[in-house]
Amino acid sequence: MTMLDWLQDYTIQNVVIGAALLGLISGVLGSFAVLRKQSLLGDTLSHAALPGVCIGFIIAGTRNMGSILLGALVSGALAALLMLVLTRNSRLKTDAGLGITLSTFFALGVVLLTYIQGMNNASQGGLDSFLFGQAAATLRSDLWIMGGITVAALGLVALLWKEFKLVSFDPGFAASLGLPVVWLDVLLTVMIALAVVVGLQMVGVVLMAAMVIAPAVAARQWSHRLEGMVTLAAVIGVSGGIFGALLSALSRGLATGPLIILSVSSVVLVSLLFAPERGFVWEAVRLRRSRRRLRYQQVLTTLYQLAAAHADSTYRSGQGMIDTYHGISTQRALHKLHRRGYVVHHAPPPEEPNTAGQWVLTPAGLSEAERILESLGREEL
Amino acid sequence: MAELHEPNLALHVEDLTVSYQSKPVLWDIDFDVPPGVMAAIVGPNGAGKSTLIKSVLGLVPVVAGHVTLFGRPYKDQRRRVGYVPQRSSVDWDFPTTALDVVTMGLYGRLGWLKRPGRRERQEAMQALEKVGMQDFAQRQISQLSGGQQQRVFLARALVQNADVYFLDEPMAGVDATTEKAIVDILRRLRDEGKTVIVVHHDLQTVRTYFDWLLLLNVRVVAQGEVGDVYTAANLRKAYGGQIALLDESAFLPPQERDVPVTEKLP
Repeated sequence: MTMLDWLQDYTIQNVVIGAALLGLISGVLGSFAVLRKQSLLGDTLSHAALPGVCIGFIIAGTRNMGSILLGALVSGALAALLMLVLTRNSRLKTDAGLGITLSTFFALGVVLLTYIQGMNNASQGGLDSFLFGQAAATLRSDLWIMGGITVAALGLVALLWKEFKLVSFDPGFAASLGLPVVWLDVLLTVMIALAVVVGLQMVGVVLMAAMVIAPAVAARQWSHRLEGMVTLAAVIGVSGGIFGALLSALSRGLATGPLIILSVSSVVLVSLLFAPERGFVWEAVRLRRSRRRLRYQQVLTTLYQLAAAHADSTYRSGQGMIDTYHGISTQRALHKLHRRGYVVHHAPPPEEPNTAGQWVLTPAGLSEAERILESLGREEL
Repeated sequence: MAELHEPNLALHVEDLTVSYQSKPVLWDIDFDVPPGVMAAIVGPNGAGKSTLIKSVLGLVPVVAGHVTLFGRPYKDQRRRVGYVPQRSSVDWDFPTTALDVVTMGLYGRLGWLKRPGRRERQEAMQALEKVGMQDFAQRQISQLSGGQQQRVFLARALVQNADVYFLDEPMAGVDATTEKAIVDILRRLRDEGKTVIVVHHDLQTVRTYFDWLLLLNVRVVAQGEVGDVYTAANLRKAYGGQIALLDESAFLPPQERDVPVTEKLP
């Protein structure tokens, strides 16, 4: 198969477009879910969609996409509602509420799934593909449904941008302005449920949560504005989706959904490690640098205080004394100070058994030490 | 036109009761604040101070009672009210800038679907200048210190251009400079004739900062002009045994009072 044939392949086209749509909607809505500390909500909604999928199948009597997705949406929304009722009216905390709802609905879904399998219905084939997704089964008609949902959700986010932003940042203040916080909450939750529904066919109920959380988490690492974060999450979601879909098309036999999740997750990994200011590597480098700077500043001020204590600005401090004061070897810090011209080295005087020599502050060193102490508010003097 | 209920009071709270899971948090509160004063709500932990503010603003459901501002219920007076929530009530790692947070104070006036534009950004910038934060306008809010975050919150309430301001512990966990800046701004608001109602935690400064006082411990212990209410007997009633921890000097008249209370009130 040549490259051109490959790109014209009907199934591959469907899968790639579907994956891109999924990345788009889950990246945008996932950003709000993550910022509102509702990452687990996506997980609950997707697991809770399974009984809906089965009931939709039972009612339609066949693998009808419309009734299956509607069932998924209804049971996902029911789960979210149950979770809200549980946490508002009992002492249950949100995490416990989400956990209980998730497992109960999922268990119900698996029971229904095995029940359907026992019915010996010829058209039941592949219903369990909703567990891990079966991207290759995506039809052109499914894409229209997915596309419609995505456009509607993105339109709502664009229209209610500032309201969603305020409700996510400071719901108390939003309510004091008269915004219907509860309804905006419900709307965001329903839209996340819609995103989950879009992803059921592609990645399945088990992995869908990662699709909601991962692009948002990665984007947050790189962006300091909500606008930037949402846009970047959409880009990461779309490109991760397309990349995963193409990868699975190249290597026939490997599951598409998990490959999409893996591509998005690798972006998360890179972002967590290398993003400026928020990445681990950045953090580690900054810590190391500030520790080094602190060390040599401490040594410099020690020299200054020794000189001050002896009322002699050219006081010769013995290296052994400085080492003892700091409890470690200060050789490296002293050489660094020497290179910067803050101290000069004197050979040990003949009458002392000292081997390492003595150090004297230069005028530049004196004023630098004063500057450091000044910035500390002279607390140490 | 229907007659207004207590139109001469900036805030009128009558028979207010709030409960969480059948345990009363506020019990039968009657609380009035005249316009143009700086009022403190003071009481021990768990006295319901924040809950009182939140129930006035309709943020927590009330079991009984009613609230009016200048004679009308809160939902008709939203535009005349500014609110500063507790700083710890939001996640300061939210991806946004100081200027953007201040602009949020104008969302109520903007209404649905409209986006903040140049004019709104200008107003927000002026509010930032008032709190001395103009140089931090484009700063990511997670990079601000606690005191700077509190000033941003105050600026957000200032753009609301309200007649009554509610502030929930604005002086908690801020540095001395910020505390002074906040008090100065609040005094200026009061001098402009606005009413400022503050949940306050520091008994030592109550008499210096405020001219009206509500002592609260689930019920109202005492209320009125700070000079009349701030007595050892009332404080003991509000704080119970905890009052022993207080310095005796707290009851002596303050050495220097910035604005004598008696001069401020008619």
